[in-house]
Amino acid sequence: MTLPQGSTVDAPHGTTIVAVTHAGGVVMAGDRRATMGNIIAQRDIEKVFPADEYSCVGIAGTAGLAIEMVRLFQVELEHYEKLEGNTLSLEGKANRLSAMIRGNLPMAMQGLAVVPLFAGFDVERGEGRIFSYDVTGGRYEEHSFHSVGSGSTFARSALKKRYRDDLSEGDAVRLAVDALYDAADDDSATGGPDLTRRIFPIVMKVTADGLQRLPEDEVAAVVEAIVAARMLNPGG
Amino acid sequence: MSTPFYVSPEQIMRDKSDYARKGIARGRSVLVMAYADGILFCGENPSKALHKISEIYDRIAFAAVGKYNEFENLRLAGVRYADLRGYQYDRSDVTSRGLANAYAQTLGTIFTESGKPYEVEITVAEVGETPEDDQLYRLTYDGSVAEEHAFVVMGGNADPIAGVLKNEHDPTHDLDAAVRLAVKALAATAEGTESREIAPGALEAAVLDRTRPRRTFKRLTSERLGTILEATA
Repeated sequence: MTLPQGSTVDAPHGTTIVAVTHAGGVVMAGDRRATMGNIIAQRDIEKVFPADEYSCVGIAGTAGLAIEMVRLFQVELEHYEKLEGNTLSLEGKANRLSAMIRGNLPMAMQGLAVVPLFAGFDVERGEGRIFSYDVTGGRYEEHSFHSVGSGSTFARSALKKRYRDDLSEGDAVRLAVDALYDAADDDSATGGPDLTRRIFPIVMKVTADGLQRLPEDEVAAVVEAIVAARMLNPGG
Repeated sequence: MSTPFYVSPEQIMRDKSDYARKGIARGRSVLVMAYADGILFCGENPSKALHKISEIYDRIAFAAVGKYNEFENLRLAGVRYADLRGYQYDRSDVTSRGLANAYAQTLGTIFTESGKPYEVEITVAEVGETPEDDQLYRLTYDGSVAEEHAFVVMGGNADPIAGVLKNEHDPTHDLDAAVRLAVKALAATAEGTESREIAPGALEAAVLDRTRPRRTFKRLTSERLGTILEATA
């Protein structure tokens, strides 16, 4: 598919995703906003998805293409598992996603890029791991934490200052949601917690017990604590 | 050039059927039965890697007896069919009826058109939201499909096993009771021969559990089977 020279497509874009590792695994969180130029295309979009039982993927970039890519990725992982009788290694999954992003390069060259963040629990090594990508499918393992999307600069700075080696899972969740707050604070395309509509970030945690989406009331409690703290100190 | 002998179509079909039945009868049996929370699959299979019971999709599983390479072929085709359907349309559009029809076409074509029929018998089961919505389809080597209720027994020793189930099967059993009955039935032998015991390690068992979210298929490990069976004594 090619677009006429010089033209662009107006399509919803996903914004900020963060991931943080801790001793027992990894946590991924994403804000809920999709933008189309200056318009908020959707205020309750979900951009963090379970990839399989031990990994999740968060998407930034062109939402339509990214969600389709995740859907295919989920099917491929499950398909492999059923055909072969065992799951792919975490590296294997990360490589597969890399190839799918590379396949989207022609679209990315026309402004429709998809840049996911992949995180999971490596059952063989017994630790949480994070992989980031570029539009050409380049795959890079990140240590401790990472963020992608339009607000990632701010989120990453926040994570850099607050990350410690001895985080508990609860700390990691708090840190991730806090970083999203900072991203929303300075990036207009990232949505902050919407207390009036009760729209909160999506938080997934992956540990040796598998993947779990944090229930909404638990996310709400974290968000409310953060907002209360920011009332006293807006910079966090 | 010599003229080949005339063999009537009836004779050809009969020969093929006999051949397939003999192949199936050599293997150990597998049973599929309904219990309160879903559908239980259980069979004698000492191998931990070569499965006779497998997941096909969220609510659908597959059990087979006969020649391994042949039913493995069918299993792979089934997984491909289901995953493709679910991706193209929606996960809720993958049904056991569609899968059973696809299997029936494949088996029927192989039986009539190839020299050697598949020596397999398979069951496709789908767990519903309620026990009334559960579906069991039995498919034989010639592509015939039969919708079954409550339980299906396949393989060489099917009659004595079905005899036990006919008398004792109760769809309101919980999992433990269902597993105990399944193992008791599998150990059943033809009248006049000695009874026997099956060790948990020689069993392969799995469930489609309607209380699980999304993917309802779960294998029962031999440790789990051991605990359940010990509780009887």
